Amino acid sequence: MSGDKDLERLKKEAVAKAKAEAAAKRKAKELAAQGASEEAPADKSSGDTADDLAKKKAEAVAKAKAAAAAKRKAKELAAQGANEEAPADESSGDTADDLAKKKAEAVAKAKAAAAAKRKAKELAEQGASEEAPADESSGDTVDDLAKKKAAAVAKAKAAAAAKRKAKELAEQGASEEAPADESSGDTVDELAKKKAAAVAKAKAAAAAKRKAMGQAEGGDEGDDLAKKKAAAVAKAKAAAAAKKKAAEGGSGSGDDAKAKAIAAAKAKAAAAARAKAGKGAATEEPTEPKQPSPNQKYLDKYVEIIKKHLGEEVLEDSYINNLSKDVPTLVAKREAYYKIAEFLKFNESLGFDYLSEIHGSDFETHMEVYAHLYSYKNKQSVALKVKLDREQPEIESVARLWAGADWPECEAYDLLGIRFTGHPNLRRIMLGEEWIGYPLRKDYEPYDVEV
Amino acid sequence: MDLNLEFLSQEEMEEVRRNIFFAKLDEVKGWARSASLWPMTFGLACCAIEMMGTSSAHYDIERFGTFYRNSPRQSDVMIVSGTVTKKMAPTVRRLYDQMAEPKWVVAMGSCATAGGPYIKSYSVVKGVDQIVPVDVYIPGCPPNPAALIYGINKLKEKIRYEAKTGKKVI
Amino acid sequence: MIRTEEVLLNVGPQHPSTHGVFRLVLTLDGEVITNAEPVIGYLHRGTEKIAENLQFTQIIPYTDRMDYVSAMTNNYVLVHAVETMMGIEIPERAEYLRVLAMELNRVASHLLWWGTYILDFGATSPLLYAFREREMILNLLNELSGARLTFNYMRVGGVKWDAPEGWLEKVRDFVPYMRKMLDGYHQLVSGNEIFLSRTKNVGTYTKEDALNYSLSGVNLRSTGVKWDLRKDEPYSIYDRFDFDVVTRDGGDAFARYECRLAEIEESLKIIEQAVEQFPEEGPIMAKVPKIIKPPKGEAFVRIEGSRGEIGCYIASDGKKEPYRLKFRRPSFYNLQILPKLLKGQNISNLISILGAIDIVLGEVDG
Repeated sequence: MSGDKDLERLKKEAVAKAKAEAAAKRKAKELAAQGASEEAPADKSSGDTADDLAKKKAEAVAKAKAAAAAKRKAKELAAQGANEEAPADESSGDTADDLAKKKAEAVAKAKAAAAAKRKAKELAEQGASEEAPADESSGDTVDDLAKKKAAAVAKAKAAAAAKRKAKELAEQGASEEAPADESSGDTVDELAKKKAAAVAKAKAAAAAKRKAMGQAEGGDEGDDLAKKKAAAVAKAKAAAAAKKKAAEGGSGSGDDAKAKAIAAAKAKAAAAARAKAGKGAATEEPTEPKQPSPNQKYLDKYVEIIKKHLGEEVLEDSYINNLSKDVPTLVAKREAYYKIAEFLKFNESLGFDYLSEIHGSDFETHMEVYAHLYSYKNKQSVALKVKLDREQPEIESVARLWAGADWPECEAYDLLGIRFTGHPNLRRIMLGEEWIGYPLRKDYEPYDVEV
Repeated sequence: MDLNLEFLSQEEMEEVRRNIFFAKLDEVKGWARSASLWPMTFGLACCAIEMMGTSSAHYDIERFGTFYRNSPRQSDVMIVSGTVTKKMAPTVRRLYDQMAEPKWVVAMGSCATAGGPYIKSYSVVKGVDQIVPVDVYIPGCPPNPAALIYGINKLKEKIRYEAKTGKKVI
Repeated sequence: MIRTEEVLLNVGPQHPSTHGVFRLVLTLDGEVITNAEPVIGYLHRGTEKIAENLQFTQIIPYTDRMDYVSAMTNNYVLVHAVETMMGIEIPERAEYLRVLAMELNRVASHLLWWGTYILDFGATSPLLYAFREREMILNLLNELSGARLTFNYMRVGGVKWDAPEGWLEKVRDFVPYMRKMLDGYHQLVSGNEIFLSRTKNVGTYTKEDALNYSLSGVNLRSTGVKWDLRKDEPYSIYDRFDFDVVTRDGGDAFARYECRLAEIEESLKIIEQAVEQFPEEGPIMAKVPKIIKPPKGEAFVRIEGSRGEIGCYIASDGKKEPYRLKFRRPSFYNLQILPKLLKGQNISNLISILGAIDIVLGEVDG
């Protein structure tokens, strides 16, 4: 795109000159004065540039430049017309996503954000005629803030920041809302990218500048942003944030924002939609099966038989594990573990003659031994679990019942330090007897110095 | 030793020039060694499967005089094909010591080179060059058989170059 | 009567017939093994610990390197576990690609076993034949995934690459060719007197032993247990294919040999049907989030790998890394029965018995 190239060139030049904020401001004003007709190309260019920047990550630039660029952007965005509201909403959704990402990464970029804020404030202070630019800047600042928070804080704060943004936007005139939103969204997206890429702030600045130039094309930007977001993370959070924003925002902008938020991923980018869908499915799955699992009757049967023969007190818990193909899961009491295992194997109606898997896990609060048993007679599986004291993990060995448990128990002993009493030959099967420590424990520190 | 060639006729001299050449004994030794490298069959992990592939139907490394031997006593190249764990390391060293001089080591794959994907593992030696001196490193995870052939050719080149120049290539 | 003293004999870890870094400490009375003590762990690389710091997609390459002879099935068990937890529906086309890849890899794995097993007896040429055919499969898989051995092909939600143009035709052509070659293998080896006398009634165990020792795969089926997870707990789309679960009743090394070769035949059937049913169009990836976060909880799934039952246990705390990842590695379980089988056997049968179990040390040691 020749337009893009030109923009980039402009940016570069701008950067060079830019150090002075005043220049940036002037630019922004001029841009604002320009008509809305130019917006579309600008947006495109911004999207493209953003991607490019992410790629470029490698270069590390001074934050000052970035800040300056951000200001300029903001101003330019403000100048844009009101007809771009929709994209703005999108951007807000995007920003939420980005924020989430940013938080997670907790990066040094916070500084850059601070610079952006400062700029934004300055912009805000400018006269009423410049409101649009101010809004833009505010959006940017919000993003920056979000970043900072992210670095330091929980997502809740990020949401708050988003809200603030939204409010500011709402307060702005209806005519200016759209551009402002867009700009904020764009910047957010860019930021997110930067973070993710763990990029130098300089790039961000450059991107911001480019964006500002490109502003006009709200629709395109929105798409790009959405994609980026999708790639970014935790869309659910983003959506929520977007909603909040929308609600807080003015009536007009608020509606748009909401609409966007709802459509969220779908409308914007297919990618985002997919991601959401995937997530939704994942989260719904466990909650959904309110109708009893087909294996419920087996579980009931096992529990009933065990309780009948071994007493009421032997099982700590029993449930259907929906995540694991509905396998009936029994959690044995530590003392009754061996009895239950023996019972599961030898009881006529249970007959779990095959030990498919046995291993230990370190859950920090306790150790756990997980055994997956199978009955060839009844073609049924059961999972038997037992919780152990983490300081003194010790349990009866089931190697006498299933010879196949021999080595796996040695492995659990070797890697986790779970002692299996009554095991025919408990040894450190993998690492050797001289090894110090149990590597699969969460607090394992290698004893030998790495070379 | 003076060689009296004066009694030879012109034609005979031509023949001699065409068929006889002079070289240093070291170079001849290097040439002979490089042309029949016998690696030890010493599979450690995934790379060993590719090493088998190298010696099998399609790639057939025996074309190049490289012929796998099962005993360290009979071989002069050790191809470390796979991840060397801390438990295995003493054995690797011992096998190397059992080989007769001259001997060379090829580190096949990224595990043997530097730990590869297991660089963060608690039980893996990060590079076999901490145990034995390595002559050729072959990247890849695992290297494709053609890469192993290339690596062995590099080793041959190295042997000949060292014999010719007397310089040690590191 | 000559009285001999007991001799300790160390086999491995560097031994061409242990198929990797496996060590056996044998106690011999003359030529008879009185005790065998396997020593493993020479290839223990701590995959499970490494995985605790990696995202799920990043773990897939490590599963390749566990059972490096049959990496596709290992790929599958991990993604299948995650998909089970997240309840992801896999697109048709991806399922077919997965099945094709897994079955091709199963054939390649059995071929490798066949070649090296006969090589252990001293016959060199079958290895060359086996590798010739295996090389063709590797080329097919190479076209599909870009790697010969460690494919890293599957992803949570589908597969990484679509089949290149003309690939299906190549697979289709490969099936009859492989059938023909399989006949050749039988002619070459299966009736060989020496081979028969070294495998028949060697390393025999019963069905009860097999179940007790948690054997799986061919090691279990060679005793007559009709058990194949592809049939009995169908996963993926295996319920759409018509194939038999091969069993033999002998329980000896020769039964396992026959089972494996017959399984190649069955896999070819599946490949043939999968090529026929292969959907023309469609996505190869389901809609999955960019960062995969299974819900909090745990899951254990098992599938039928080339060597037996591969299981994958994931304990997730809702983060993008697994809290605990554990693989049930069939070779590890299958190898346990070895000391029992070796006791009382002539030392020359060691190779025959060990080879028939078909172990991959990367899998034994994790």
